[in-house]
Amino acid sequence: MLRILAAVVALAAGGLWVAKGANCGWTKTNIPHRTPDPVTGLTGISYEKGFVPGVDFLAGAALAAGVLAGASLVVNTNNAKTEPAVKQSIQL
Amino acid sequence: MRTQWIPILLLPALAVPALAAPETFDFKDPKGVNAIIFKLDAPLEAINGSASGVTGTVTFDPQNPGATTGKIVIAGATMTVPNATQTEHMRSSQWLDVEKNPEITFEAKALKNVKTNGDKTTADVSGAFTLHGVSKELTIPVELSYLKDKLGERLGGNQKGDLLVLRSSFSIKRGDFNIMPGQMENKVSDTIALTVGIVGASGK
Repeated sequence: MLRILAAVVALAAGGLWVAKGANCGWTKTNIPHRTPDPVTGLTGISYEKGFVPGVDFLAGAALAAGVLAGASLVVNTNNAKTEPAVKQSIQL
Repeated sequence: MRTQWIPILLLPALAVPALAAPETFDFKDPKGVNAIIFKLDAPLEAINGSASGVTGTVTFDPQNPGATTGKIVIAGATMTVPNATQTEHMRSSQWLDVEKNPEITFEAKALKNVKTNGDKTTADVSGAFTLHGVSKELTIPVELSYLKDKLGERLGGNQKGDLLVLRSSFSIKRGDFNIMPGQMENKVSDTIALTVGIVGASGK
């Protein structure tokens, strides 16, 4: 179950990153908008709140997926250790 | 009899200085287009952003562009990069300390190598650049475009007045302004490339 969750986290993060433009820089939370001024030829820059995930977002998601996958291994090992005790109690 | 003509003959001479009077341009732009763009390209990280809080005045004489003087002020608290956390760090006491040093200024003192072609003038302007509380004398290239009677067209009203567009590209070193000198240069470049594109208005 945890491995499936890890795969879902990794795929969802990768999908979101690609869908938002595959930004190879840091995550953007202020999105710049350029406004041209035809009389002067200048271009004004204003910022709006938004979210464009970057490589730090991908790294965070990969780490989270790794932790979940690692946790699944620990849980499996614990289950394997407890199984013989269960069998013994059934025989008794 | 001839002396009666003297005042009449002097009239054009009086009118010439009136036509050539220097104008004072206010750079607080009502359309909010004025911006200073900064770029830092370090080996591990590139940082691009802009500052929009531009004010100041410039005195420009279309008949004598070489006599231009003025001061441009940038509000440090308007310096922004696309990442909100990085913006906070940049403005913090560790870097620009905008609370303690709220203004970045350039005060033009003299122009050299002045070349005028129509409404455009290029020159090297010398002046005092103040950042992070440290002032340095800099000489930077500048292009001035004088747009006569364009204020109304730009603002979409009946205002009468002229515009002065200033453009410049130059670089500074943050270490020269005591901004974490010699530290973290792999991530935050010592060289900061600045691109200025601002417009001032002179109403009539």
